[in-house]
Amino acid sequence: MDTWTFGWTLAVIGMTGTMLVLWILSLLILLLKKIFPYQESTAKKG
Amino acid sequence: MESALVSGLQGLVLGILNLTPDHVIMLLIASALLYLGIKKGYEPLLLVPIGFGAILVNIPLAEMMGKEGFLRFFYDVGVLTEVFPLLIFIGIGAMTDFQPLLENPKIILLGAAGQFGIFLTLLLALAVGFDKLDAVAVAIIGACDGPTAIYVSSKFAPHMLGAVSVAAYSYMSLVPLIQPPIMRALTTEKERMIVMGAIRQPVSKTTKILFPIAVTIFASILAPKGAPLIGTVMLGNLMKESGVVDRLKSASENEIANIVTLLLGLCIGATMEADKFLRGQTLLVLALGFIAISLDTAVGVLFGKVMCLLTGGKINPLIGAAGISAFPMSARVVQVEGQKYNKKSYLLMPAMSANAGGQIGSVIAAAVMLSVLQGMGIVGG
Repeated sequence: MDTWTFGWTLAVIGMTGTMLVLWILSLLILLLKKIFPYQESTAKKG
Repeated sequence: MESALVSGLQGLVLGILNLTPDHVIMLLIASALLYLGIKKGYEPLLLVPIGFGAILVNIPLAEMMGKEGFLRFFYDVGVLTEVFPLLIFIGIGAMTDFQPLLENPKIILLGAAGQFGIFLTLLLALAVGFDKLDAVAVAIIGACDGPTAIYVSSKFAPHMLGAVSVAAYSYMSLVPLIQPPIMRALTTEKERMIVMGAIRQPVSKTTKILFPIAVTIFASILAPKGAPLIGTVMLGNLMKESGVVDRLKSASENEIANIVTLLLGLCIGATMEADKFLRGQTLLVLALGFIAISLDTAVGVLFGKVMCLLTGGKINPLIGAAGISAFPMSARVVQVEGQKYNKKSYLLMPAMSANAGGQIGSVIAAAVMLSVLQGMGIVGG
């Protein structure tokens, strides 16, 4: 594989991949918050 | 008797006779690192052992990195095996509070944009003639995260570990000087004055405990080569949030982190032997490292502008600059910069969210990079 094919492939997939994984993580956080919402009474007990 | 005395005295002057101008230059560079760490307070925990390690390794005939040298032992055990940066990651996870990010998860995207400097610098490094894996090691300075830079460079370009690590830690400490001019250049005064509304949403303890487990599973499945990086950070964070292993958490963020930081610093310094460090390539690494962190900031701010546009002006683009891993330094820079233009603007909390996103983002970017390299067949599986 030549240098520029390597560079552009890694750059494009790297940027897209990083953005995609973090977007999925943000959805995961929203899902966790939806399933396990904050409850003041629980927090006070804890 | 006379010849024995002469031989004995020769032993005392051999070091002086073998001292070259390159050794002297390296001793001066090592002293400068010690000065920056001790007098200026720039990342002293790393720069002091790095500077001292560089002194030790540049003493003629001491052979600290020779086959039986004591620094060689620590280097082989901790750096070549990548164990030292991973142990530090456990400590970082134990010290990091992801609450600001959990309160405002959309901001995590700024943590992704803040890593684009890595990939753009990769192209620049290739353009100036670095080999593929050397270019990867240089580009990772843009993660703005010392252990990540050490992990990746020790894996792919151990001969550049000294230059990459010194660049990474030096620029991290210079974030308050590097970022503000870029933030000002890329935003209008109107944008800098935007007051962000309160976004605090309390998070349950269950969510905080499940977060590191879920991140480890999902992110590691998507980028398996980065599992050691992601897993160690999240293990530390799980110990912190679970609250049931205080002794382990305490050991991770104190004793283990301190011992490993000392040994890692010495080992990095030990890679700064004159014949390896005094090259034109080192200056290129330092220049590209600076560009990488500047590009991180620029892309982060530009992405902040896009989010500002999409949310109808509810997001201050300045917080995009905090999408890097320098935590919480970068968030503080954003807060100070915002206050300069609007005294009613309190950007610290949203900037902390972006900054926490940048911490995860840097690890994810490295993990993605490693997995893509594996997929391309550049590195073994």
